[in-house]
Amino acid sequence: MSAVIKPMITLKEICTEAERIRLTTQNSFGDKIVSDIYVNAEKIANRTITKNTSENPSLDSRLDDILTSRLFGFPIMLLLLSGIFWLTITGANIPSEMIGNVLFAFQDQLIIWFALAGAPDWLTGVLVLGMYRSLAWVISVMLPPMAIFFPLFTLLEDLGYLPRVAFNLDNMFKKCQACGKQILTMCMGFGCNAAGVVACRIIDSPRERLIAVLTNNFVPCNGRFPTLIAIATIFMGGVVTSEYETAVASLVVTLLVILGILITFAVSWALSHTILKGETSSLVLELPPYRKPQFGAILYRSIIDRTLFVLKRAIIMAAPAGAIIWILANVYIGELSLIRHLAAWLHPFAYAIGLDGFILLAFILGLPANEIVVPILLMSYLSSGQMLEFDTLNDLRNILIDQGWTWLTAVCALLFCLLHWPCTTTLLSAYKETGSKKWTFLTFLIPTTIGFAVCFTVAQLARLLGLA
Amino acid sequence: MSKFNREEHHRIMQKHFGIITTPGQFTVALAGNPNVGKSTVFNALTGLHQHTGNWPGKTVDNAQGSFTYLDSSFLMIDLPGTYSILAHTVEEQVARDFICFGKPDATLVVLDATCLERNLNLALQVMEITPHVIVCVNLMDEAIKKNITINISALQKELGVPVIPTAARNGKGLDSLRHALYEMSIGITHTTPRQIHYSPEVERAIQELTPKISRCIGNALNPRWVALRLLDGDSAFIDSITHYLDLENNRKELAV
Amino acid sequence: MNTLSTTIPLSSISIGSICQIVSLNVKGLLRRRILDLGMVPGTPVQCIRKSPAGDPIAYLVRDTLIALRNDDASQIRVTLL
Repeated sequence: MSAVIKPMITLKEICTEAERIRLTTQNSFGDKIVSDIYVNAEKIANRTITKNTSENPSLDSRLDDILTSRLFGFPIMLLLLSGIFWLTITGANIPSEMIGNVLFAFQDQLIIWFALAGAPDWLTGVLVLGMYRSLAWVISVMLPPMAIFFPLFTLLEDLGYLPRVAFNLDNMFKKCQACGKQILTMCMGFGCNAAGVVACRIIDSPRERLIAVLTNNFVPCNGRFPTLIAIATIFMGGVVTSEYETAVASLVVTLLVILGILITFAVSWALSHTILKGETSSLVLELPPYRKPQFGAILYRSIIDRTLFVLKRAIIMAAPAGAIIWILANVYIGELSLIRHLAAWLHPFAYAIGLDGFILLAFILGLPANEIVVPILLMSYLSSGQMLEFDTLNDLRNILIDQGWTWLTAVCALLFCLLHWPCTTTLLSAYKETGSKKWTFLTFLIPTTIGFAVCFTVAQLARLLGLA
Repeated sequence: MSKFNREEHHRIMQKHFGIITTPGQFTVALAGNPNVGKSTVFNALTGLHQHTGNWPGKTVDNAQGSFTYLDSSFLMIDLPGTYSILAHTVEEQVARDFICFGKPDATLVVLDATCLERNLNLALQVMEITPHVIVCVNLMDEAIKKNITINISALQKELGVPVIPTAARNGKGLDSLRHALYEMSIGITHTTPRQIHYSPEVERAIQELTPKISRCIGNALNPRWVALRLLDGDSAFIDSITHYLDLENNRKELAV
Repeated sequence: MNTLSTTIPLSSISIGSICQIVSLNVKGLLRRRILDLGMVPGTPVQCIRKSPAGDPIAYLVRDTLIALRNDDASQIRVTLL
């Protein structure tokens, strides 16, 4: 027999009672409770802790004197951050090439196996030349920079330096009604925009967090850097003698990054005054003591995490995209492949923004992963059935010029690469973080609209002035 | 905990918190302020046997890792770093709900030896929710550098729960930590967690509410703590109680 | 008895000086975060340094460095010690 004893009082009644009591004290119980807990904490601390602190300023204090000073604060910050970016870009070259060689050699092996198994051409095409090739590309391009950038960044975090960056720059963000911690999400965005979007969790205010998510794509990720560097080296570096080529290219890319940052501030400001208008932002930032980072553990964990991420993304996003791209390039309607048809259809629109149909199509097909934009472009230009790599920059230069690239095309391509829609992984992360289709759509729409607007303006202006 | 209860408990863990335990595995919640070296403790204890994800339905990081000690298996759940669990942010809510309703076998609160006073805030709050608390005073090496001395046994007396000093970065104190977690999980540690003394107005209000709370929800939760949450105006908590305790009531009726 | 005229805003104390919190005129989430960090009435606070831009300012509270913006710090009333 079960006797269900009815409680003599329900939870709801107790809540009402508590509400009544709380309101009689003008709702100050919350404060009192916290105060009281601290009184207890103080008592315990006084009885159990003895401090013999010296009067001399601690090492922490002296470090902060330098790292947050008017004179050295900003320069050191710029030096450290650009140092990491430079290390990432240059350090990734050789490993990328090595991984690429291994993976593409295996591709050739796969082709042989497929032939031996008597597989039809189209199957080899879709699976090996499409899916596997795309996967190999994404891994060889993305893995080394991620494996360098994120461990370095995590080291800075473990050191305790990153809050100082937010501390130094908060004022600029405050002027846009955003949070100083946004600079940290932007830095993460350099590594990978998807990681940058997830990093927005460190921002407490939901409104400011959204601003950071919506603007993260204005910072170019590791996947876009090879494209930017290649185009900048060919068209801007190519103007000067070869010894200054890299320097000029670096300058151009740096200017692009700065442009991206300026646009971030502008859009953050605009959002705060329009659709994301809300309560004024506030900042409560803990500046932890500097601590020696655990080098080994960090490097190990970070590299493993990033490797797994790149592999997962390659399999989920890049491989299927590769299959679709191969199909588009190898299915013909009449004389032309689907790609040529699509490019022709897009061309008038693309021309208006200083590009051509193939370039715009390459960006569109590169939605799953920015790394494959240039390979798709080359494939389309050369009517090859598979994505292509260029052997030397000279080769790429010749191909592009043959296809009618001018300085304007290069400029607009650079701008569009900086200012276009986020990749699918980033969009997916944005959806998970915001939980809203509307905000995810805006994450897509805002950079795209600005990209089109800027390129259109530049192209039309240049043509109007007779410069191109 | 009886075998039946333990199975039921694990079922609740899985259903509400997405946490899957192996049979007989003890669960340990890991709490602490940000920047206290909580991840160092977590990594030191669980090594590579960990995986990360999100708490179900929330954009809050969740890391779980396992380790064995003296033939017992432990699943350690790394709660988000929070300054308090009065639950005004999603992170605090997640931490609070897990400690309170997930009922881990032990809750390990990691404190920073160099700013103990502020860290005690969280420890005292956790002790109000559950008596199965172990306090880990980490970064002892940093404290020594700053000429801060902590009387561990005095602290243990004051708090009424085991206090283990560690320097997790250097691997110091971890064995004592494992042992303390083991003893707490198998039930041989008896704690008398220090009760927080509030100011008279608050105590009076608590006294008005606690008898009614006990009658309503029995001893499922610490009535003092529930009273404080209600006085604080924590409406999300009221939803949580209804949600989790209704589940318990349903189970009781089914079991009979 | 402390009247409002004997308290000054936290944002106005100079670097190095120590004060005691009297009242918090901030609201909402900011208030809760500040309280949770131990800045309750009666707590000593020391002004440690300013950001290169002058804002925010780092304060030492219960052995922790916490940075607050001027606007928010001006809502916290303190008395100099």
